[in-house]
Amino acid sequence: MKTVFTRTPTLKDCPTHYCPGCGHGIAHRLIAETIDELGIRGRTIGIAPVGCAVLAYNYLDVDMVEVAHGRPPAVATGMKRTNPDKIIFSYQGDGDLAAIGTAEIIHAAHRGEQITVIFINNAVFGMTGGQMAPTTVLGQVTATTPQGRQTTSEGYPLQVSELLALLPGAIYVERCSVYNPAQIRKTKKAIKHAFELQVSGAQGLSLVEVLSPCPVYWRMTPVKAMEWIENEMTKVFPLGRLKG
Amino acid sequence: MSERILMCGNEALAEAAIIAGVDAYFGYPITPQNEIPAYMSRRMPEEGRVFVQSESELAAINMVFGASATGKRAMTTSSSPGISLMQEGISYLAGAELPAVVVNVMRGGPGLGNIAPSQGDYFQATRGGGHGDYRTIVFGPSSVQELVNCIPLAFDLADEYRMTVVVLADGILGQMMEPIVLEKKPRRKLPAKDWALTGAKDREQNIVRSLWLPEGALEKHNYKLKAKYEQVQKNEVICEQYEVDDAEIIVVAYGVAARIVRGAVNKAREEGIKVGWIRPVTLWPFPTEQISKAADELRIFLTVEMSCGQMVEDVKLAIAGKAPVVLYGRPGGSIPTVEEILDKIKQLTIPTKRAK
Repeated sequence: MKTVFTRTPTLKDCPTHYCPGCGHGIAHRLIAETIDELGIRGRTIGIAPVGCAVLAYNYLDVDMVEVAHGRPPAVATGMKRTNPDKIIFSYQGDGDLAAIGTAEIIHAAHRGEQITVIFINNAVFGMTGGQMAPTTVLGQVTATTPQGRQTTSEGYPLQVSELLALLPGAIYVERCSVYNPAQIRKTKKAIKHAFELQVSGAQGLSLVEVLSPCPVYWRMTPVKAMEWIENEMTKVFPLGRLKG
Repeated sequence: MSERILMCGNEALAEAAIIAGVDAYFGYPITPQNEIPAYMSRRMPEEGRVFVQSESELAAINMVFGASATGKRAMTTSSSPGISLMQEGISYLAGAELPAVVVNVMRGGPGLGNIAPSQGDYFQATRGGGHGDYRTIVFGPSSVQELVNCIPLAFDLADEYRMTVVVLADGILGQMMEPIVLEKKPRRKLPAKDWALTGAKDREQNIVRSLWLPEGALEKHNYKLKAKYEQVQKNEVICEQYEVDDAEIIVVAYGVAARIVRGAVNKAREEGIKVGWIRPVTLWPFPTEQISKAADELRIFLTVEMSCGQMVEDVKLAIAGKAPVVLYGRPGGSIPTVEEILDKIKQLTIPTKRAK
């Protein structure tokens, strides 16, 4: 029998703690494949965020650190500046990157830190129970917007990637999604490109935003959640390359 | 370098850190320690090492966290309000057992306070400061030379015990110029940093973490930290004593306040008053045993601090009711004078005993 698909070595062979239909597993696999394809496992250091992906090191078989909420870009700065030969990536959710860590990501990009950021946007705080995130779309019901997000009290969804793309220090910014196999392939290409830039010594920060499903806190089936990304979320967060 | 040179405390401690092998310095401007980042911005690149001016103290301590997680010697410096912002990171450093050196050139508080020298951050430094069950080693140097001397020791202790070492200076020490000798000292025998994140080449992955979710796992981790802190308490206390043996009054003070106390005690001795002093150099671990032992004789203790009274609580804990403890504190950036302390000592003299 011919093997047409197999687990990539950097993705550990273990049961997942993520909910059914969650997008983190897909994103983890794409990162693991990238690391293996580029042959950089032995010099990669990953940063896990506070949030559901805090246990990312249980799946990604590289050196990893767990850091305070929102601070991965600062930690990555400390790592990369002292270890220019290492490949440093942070894996951050929307609460981490777009709320509490807004200053850290803006300034890491502003300084042109040579790091790679994988930004998982699922429009909600997952681990704490589905509260509103800065990226929650208008009308979306969450644990803290029971009537749906309204501009008058909660403001507008925050498009961090667009903000970052304005900064000269951010050399590559792309928004992707994982709502169907074609999009997953595009996301893989983007993640690989972001890592390749760092490997090649490109002078600046590379970021890939991934629109990712959270069926549990969107109160949808996994299939409906994928459809919601395609039909609703992409209206607020259009896919495509924003920079680079 | 072994000749005597004249340097202000801030620049002297920065150079001492370079001599001690600091790989990376991260900092954010705040008075009265601005000479440190300015000095480092010039000297670190000269040495081929890392200097980054961060966007905040939060970022600075997390940059330290990142560099330290890869096994590098990293430090940051700030002053009181900035140190408050760093407490989150210091708690994470404690949880993840990462070495770090943090210098606090204290100023008056609370809030924005002022930019005058103070000792108002004693509680914050010696009680951990951030959330959770942890300790930091704290030095309270009282001269620029001692400030310089404690820097290499701070890096060694940080590496040996994998914890944060806080150097608690103040605006006077930071700004004051004194003659110093800068010398490279041999490092302690330090354990290999086999836990560091260096890329999992030809080995299993390393994970640096502070999250322990399974039932009982964090308790076990806390006990491990506790055992380490007990070793520090057992082995690393530094304390100076002067004219304690025949003293009826013992003045306890640290840092710059201890220098003023020294002057007051000398004057009091000239007047025939039997007074001595004890000066904790490490504020945590605190010289509990030394102070407790001194309290076995019939004596009065006077604690002098540039605060409303913080270290006095540790003095009282050490003495455990065996002797009276009086406080003389000047908060808000005010500095006690030799005369004020001398007056206080005189008020405490026991005329009947002195007459003997």
